[in-house]
Amino acid sequence: MSGEHTAEVYRIAWVAGTDTLHGVCHCGAERTARDPVEMWEWMLAHPVGHDREIT
Amino acid sequence: MTGTTGQISRTAFARNQWYVAAYGREIGRELLARTILNEPIVFYRTQDGGEAVALADRCVHRRYPLSAGRLDGDTLVCGYHGFTYDTTGTCVSVPGQKRVPRTARVRSYPVVEQDSLVWVWIGDPESADPDAVPRAAHLADPAWRTVGGMETVECDYRLLVDNLLDLSHETYLHGGYIGTPEVAETPIVTEVDEGAGTVRVSRHMDDAACPPFYARSTGIEGRITRWQDIEYHAPCLYLLHSRIAPRGVLPEPDGSDPNAFHVEITYAVTPSTDRRVYDFWCVSRDFAQDDEDVTAFLHDLNHTVVMQDVDALDLLQRSLDTEPEGYQELSINIDTGGLAARRILTRLAAEGEPQPAHAPAAAR
Ligand code: FES
Ligand SMILES: [Fe+2]
Ligand SMILES: [Zn+2]
Repeated sequence: MSGEHTAEVYRIAWVAGTDTLHGVCHCGAERTARDPVEMWEWMLAHPVGHDREIT
Repeated sequence: MTGTTGQISRTAFARNQWYVAAYGREIGRELLARTILNEPIVFYRTQDGGEAVALADRCVHRRYPLSAGRLDGDTLVCGYHGFTYDTTGTCVSVPGQKRVPRTARVRSYPVVEQDSLVWVWIGDPESADPDAVPRAAHLADPAWRTVGGMETVECDYRLLVDNLLDLSHETYLHGGYIGTPEVAETPIVTEVDEGAGTVRVSRHMDDAACPPFYARSTGIEGRITRWQDIEYHAPCLYLLHSRIAPRGVLPEPDGSDPNAFHVEITYAVTPSTDRRVYDFWCVSRDFAQDDEDVTAFLHDLNHTVVMQDVDALDLLQRSLDTEPEGYQELSINIDTGGLAARRILTRLAAEGEPQPAHAPAAAR
């Protein structure tokens, strides 16, 4: 039933017990944020802005 | 868009995609009219092969709805002056004269019938790939017992997508039916597969109250482990894999899961007009297969839940329609999946716009 995955998978986990989101781009770049809009903007801009990582 | 605020954009449809038009059982020798992506379509089934046919629901003569006509064998006779069309939409006879004008044809739409659903393709017929129809095999699998229905909601279809991708609303809108406090409290994991056009949202509750929907159908007393794994195949098909077990009971190391109850909740979200959406819903279970009380209970309770959503979305749309241009929304963690779905829908809509160098539809 599950479709196959392609190579371009983005993942955002809401870290248990916190208000923090942890995002992993398909290229492996990571970031934490507290705002899903900001997180998607960062991810989908791949690779632009990956260097100015905020943790 | 900056910060947490934003706004939903103008309705745009992803045309080069498959959409559920009807359950297979709804299409027969009676003419069925549905409007999909603003296009009026008439459906019927042929006599011999039993193939589903989809034609534009406007006669070329004076645009009378063909769905108000009648079938003559496999041809469709307009109810106004009798223009008669074959299953390809070609007009094969007109009253009073031998010559049928060459341009006398209505559009026919590609159709796929699969997993008890009838899917239609509205966009460029050249791009219609039957293999790209997403599967919902449980709907036609005897190992699952399925109940379902369809409601129309007077809203932008994206409000329904938003609703389905954020199940935290179960706690508030469906409290006492399918919602418990743990749904809104439990963090989610969101995954977007850009190439496949899918969004997955998982919420695994280790220790949750059992809502009536599951308590009465499974007979579990006490607290549960409740998993919700959403798989949204944009734009139309939404699958919610729901796993219910007594608290602490997990799948076996080999992956089998004999001590849990599984429910597949299926939705098909088909835009009808800019302000109307067809909301197809099904509940399939792998337990108490022959228990008709459970069947009736799950049907009626889920129908109640769907109507709670219908009323809320009708209200939300009416309210949004009174907002001044440029109103703002505010998104928080629970919206991570819904935001991802909106983005994919915007991309698919842009890809479906007629353009000289045709962008490929989402790879499957
Ligand atoms: S409108 Fe259909 S035959 Fe005249
Ligand atoms: Fe709901
Ligand atoms: Zn990246």
